[in-house]
Amino acid sequence: MTMLPPPSPKKLGLVIDLDTCVGCHACAVACKQWNDGGEFGPLPDEHPYGKDPLGVWFNRVHTYEVRGEERGVRSEGEIKSAVVTALRRLPKAELKNGASPSERSSAFPSPLTPNPSLEMTVHFPRSCLHCETPDCVTVCPTGASYKRAEDGIVLVDEDKCIGCKLCSWACPYGAREYSQVRGTMQKCTLCVDRIYNESFEEIDRQPACVMACPTRARHFGDLGDPDSAVSKLVAERGGYDLMPELGYKPVNKYLPPRPRRDGCSAQPIVATDEKVDFSSAAPLLRWIDKVLSR
Amino acid sequence: MHPALSVIFFTAVSGTGYGLVFLIGLAFAIDPLACDPFVALLATACGAVLAAAGLTSSTLHLGQPLRAWRAFSQWRSSWLSREGVAAVLCFVPTIALGVLVWRHYPALAGDASDISTASLLRLTGAALAAGAVVTVFCTARIYTSLKTIAAWHNSYVLPGYLLLGLLGGAVTLWTIDALASGDSAPWLQRGVPAVVALCAIAGAALKRAYWRFIDSPRPASTIESATGLGRFGSVRGVEAPHTEENYLTHEMGFVLARKHSARLRQIAALLFAAAPVALVVLATVLPSARVGLSCAIVALVGVTVGTFVERWLFFAEAKHVVMLYYAGTRDRAEG
Repeated sequence: MTMLPPPSPKKLGLVIDLDTCVGCHACAVACKQWNDGGEFGPLPDEHPYGKDPLGVWFNRVHTYEVRGEERGVRSEGEIKSAVVTALRRLPKAELKNGASPSERSSAFPSPLTPNPSLEMTVHFPRSCLHCETPDCVTVCPTGASYKRAEDGIVLVDEDKCIGCKLCSWACPYGAREYSQVRGTMQKCTLCVDRIYNESFEEIDRQPACVMACPTRARHFGDLGDPDSAVSKLVAERGGYDLMPELGYKPVNKYLPPRPRRDGCSAQPIVATDEKVDFSSAAPLLRWIDKVLSR
Repeated sequence: MHPALSVIFFTAVSGTGYGLVFLIGLAFAIDPLACDPFVALLATACGAVLAAAGLTSSTLHLGQPLRAWRAFSQWRSSWLSREGVAAVLCFVPTIALGVLVWRHYPALAGDASDISTASLLRLTGAALAAGAVVTVFCTARIYTSLKTIAAWHNSYVLPGYLLLGLLGGAVTLWTIDALASGDSAPWLQRGVPAVVALCAIAGAALKRAYWRFIDSPRPASTIESATGLGRFGSVRGVEAPHTEENYLTHEMGFVLARKHSARLRQIAALLFAAAPVALVVLATVLPSARVGLSCAIVALVGVTVGTFVERWLFFAEAKHVVMLYYAGTRDRAEG
């Protein structure tokens, strides 16, 4: 059934910390390994040892460079002059009289100014966000793509999928990859075969990516429960949604990189002369230094 | 988006088929005696074959074609499912009209005064016309409902599908009419080429507006909103997650078309719009059966090829929002 279930109180998902992720791809590899051998598997690749290997991964780690810029705050006068300029350019531009200064300043943003202390390299794991209102579920013509009513996990029933690929077109996050070998669509299961697996120790009932992360940049939990550890983490660190403008309400949240502790930009490495103090060295070394320095 | 040949064939050919049965249905709804029964039978059969060919082709696109029957189940949420249901349901009035025309062939061909099933023919024709419109509407909605593809999620796409389907159907009907040299009512015989010319002009105007629209993108999403890192400044990809291609870059990152898009747009518009308009004018100026038939056949070839080019561009020019994640790293992977 591809109608969305009524919103569930339980919303299982991940919180990904972009501050601590080091881009080691361990989560991606662990995911591939678990899902190739777990209940979901296999995750076969096309010509894995050939010239153009191609295969499904549920998790992909990108690396981005952030230039480091910020918007200054504009004074009322500057906003007024920006409004006047804009009105001259577009005679039909509508401006509400009652707009607050903040509304007006967001309508006429000030230009970006460089701020080197915000420059950074960010490693960015990308996987299914288990959205609350995903189109990938509702576009499915067969009912293979579904969102679980009990915990909100978005899954594909591999026995019903006809491989029309429409769900992958509907997903803006690239969470779904089609397997040419299996002829069906594949996606992150949030390790549904681990997290409820009673043959595992309690501590192991977590997604493989979370278990593998060496810097604990990935957290798993119930984001529908405001008192859960993950919800508190999101509240404390200002966790955010990816592409909120599309309205799919992702459950997974990303934690922004924290500002540098010293507030400075990365210092360029400056080559300095090495200085060795031989006065306190052993007599033999002092003698050798004397002889070689002649 | 990767332009899969099976889907291009599906949308173009089934669109033409439904355009054709729409016109026949409409003719019967207006006046059951207007259309030559031989032309009606041939056109209905042709329309059904084109629609069926398109649908069969669309199943070739599937990874598991034997499970295609499951696609009829989710009509409550999925436009693809609705399209499947509508397409199959549309065969009911198509076959019904064919059977009715077949059974009352003598009455329709000869002395029409004793025909008793005029109202039934009218009703079937109206149902067929409505069914054809609904089916093409659903086909277009599969694409326009995708918020992830700005080139499809806009108000130009749906009328484009309807207009080009109607154009294809009209030019096919013109050819069938000329081939059969049927004995249809004069308003119908003159009306079909007029519909061809009108659809061609309207289609060209619409596609021009559409192409202008997609050339001036106003993206709702950016790499900054996709990563949420815009608060720290502008974002640029430095390393892709994989050194080789993957499904996403194959399917969503198709870049071949953009190099020649301007030239291909001209070719498409020339073939599906300028050529049929000129040929309709020529056939009107020189009213002979042979000239009419030649014009109709050349126009049919032009519209068919033109629609294929247009549909290829529709897929190939469309950019998917997921490619934002690959911004800056894709070129290097390719180069």
